[in-house]
Amino acid sequence: MTVAISVSNLQKRYASGTMALKGISLEVEQGDFFALLGPNGAGKSTFIGIVSTLVTRSGGRVRVFGRDVDTHVYQTKLDLGVVPQEINFSQFEKVGDVVRTQAGYYGLPRKLAAGRSEKYLRQLGLWEKRNDRSRSLSGGMKRRMMIARALVHEPRLLILDEPTAGVDIELRRSMWNFLLEINRAGTTIILTTHYLEEAEQLCRNIAIIDEGRIIENTSMKKLLLELDTHAFILDSDATLDGEVNIDEPGLSLRKIDSHSIEAVLSGGRDINSAIAALDRLGIRIISMRNKANRLEQLFLSRLRGKGNGEVEG
Amino acid sequence: MFSDHRLVAFETIVIKEVRRFTRIWLQTLLPPVITISLYFVIFGNLVGSRIGEMGGYRYMEFIVPGLIMMAVIQNSYSNVVSSFFSQKFQRSVEELLVAPVPNYVILSGYIAGGMARGLCVGLIVTLMSLFFADLGIHSLLITISVVLLTSLVFSLGGFINAVFANNFDDISIIPTFVLTPLIYLGGVFYSIELLPPFWRVVSQLNPIFYMVNTFRYGILGTSDIDVAWAFTMLCLFVIVLYGGCIWLLRRGTGVRS
Repeated sequence: MTVAISVSNLQKRYASGTMALKGISLEVEQGDFFALLGPNGAGKSTFIGIVSTLVTRSGGRVRVFGRDVDTHVYQTKLDLGVVPQEINFSQFEKVGDVVRTQAGYYGLPRKLAAGRSEKYLRQLGLWEKRNDRSRSLSGGMKRRMMIARALVHEPRLLILDEPTAGVDIELRRSMWNFLLEINRAGTTIILTTHYLEEAEQLCRNIAIIDEGRIIENTSMKKLLLELDTHAFILDSDATLDGEVNIDEPGLSLRKIDSHSIEAVLSGGRDINSAIAALDRLGIRIISMRNKANRLEQLFLSRLRGKGNGEVEG
Repeated sequence: MFSDHRLVAFETIVIKEVRRFTRIWLQTLLPPVITISLYFVIFGNLVGSRIGEMGGYRYMEFIVPGLIMMAVIQNSYSNVVSSFFSQKFQRSVEELLVAPVPNYVILSGYIAGGMARGLCVGLIVTLMSLFFADLGIHSLLITISVVLLTSLVFSLGGFINAVFANNFDDISIIPTFVLTPLIYLGGVFYSIELLPPFWRVVSQLNPIFYMVNTFRYGILGTSDIDVAWAFTMLCLFVIVLYGGCIWLLRRGTGVRS
């Protein structure tokens, strides 16, 4: 399998003395949908900055599709598309001009640039806005425009730094579908996100970065299998008058308000055992939901394991 | 000079730059024309009629080349400094930095944009000056080459200013406190023959003095300096400033962390 990106012993010390990356080594295979997770200040954006050459590294090597970014500057940049976390386009330019100009920077002739920008603006639902000033777009539209801009030269590797931050749920899901589609079409995607559900839904492999180090690098499936505990909120149809407090091996039930009970299952116990225990108490359950995203629990447990429980989820 | 993809990138930067200064023509093209027209009316007509001749020419004819050069210098400089800084400020410069555009193409694109505005304003001011003075051309080659070199030098200067600027104050300090005094003391309004010997020597340390006088030579055929020496100085400025810009881009000063 071809490796899309390979970094070894990547280090970054900023002028302030902050060591943002402390020797990261990582490989992402071609065609992968890869999640890079970590709390604020963990080094995710620095990593992306180095790969996209916006940040100069203090040590280590970066290869994109087997080519060193220092010696094959043109080809490695051509293979790479970046959607940064911060808005970084001219607010005074028209939407179509922003995307076409980016195509020009990549050397696409004018006709091809116009065709590509139409293709991606249409796919991302922005074609009708092509003559609007980019500052007039909503937050979600600005993000989509940045995705169109990053794709206009059709890179083999797309890096997205929190692309759905501040985007409403409906739009986020349509962006997920779009990203899954281009990934299926062959584009390798690296995604950083604060929405752990997003990483769980989209990504096949995952690395967790904290304090400039990779603390986990595995497949999403393997990581989620490690999770032995599931927490649910169960809703009752009637008002719960008395206390509900069951603590058995592998099953814990606790009333959290007049209509809701928290159920925590572990050791292979299933949700039927919780419902049966409540049924014995005469409590009928009409609906239930996950208490927290499974990946979020794992993520927190990994960071807490390092003595760092303060994360933004 | 450029291979295909680099030529496309260069054209893209230039088109973007020209589109920018023509889009905001009320801020970029009109003000210098109004300011220079006022110079023509006040210094050329009203005050100039009482001064009489300077350097063997009517005062109005004497100051026209200097005023054209002033417009070229100020606009070449301010186009590059404001455009590149505003792209840094909005972070849209990152669009260029992530793309496979070599530093010399980035620099050439911005410089061409600055020169385009400088020459555009210079042309408008020249056409305006025809209402006030009968202008002839003594040497077309010298006139055109000195305008091109001067706009190139100040576009490069504007680029360096933009690279180091961290806020909007930083892009107005040099034009206000350095460029304007140098232009006014660069022989736009007077011949250095009028100055005492000490100040005549000091004036010769001012690079703008050489540009104004060479341009004046191209138009009127009169100059306070040796034209060949002035061209040598201009070429040296271009080489040093270009080298400095490329070095700063390579280091990532002001644009990469």
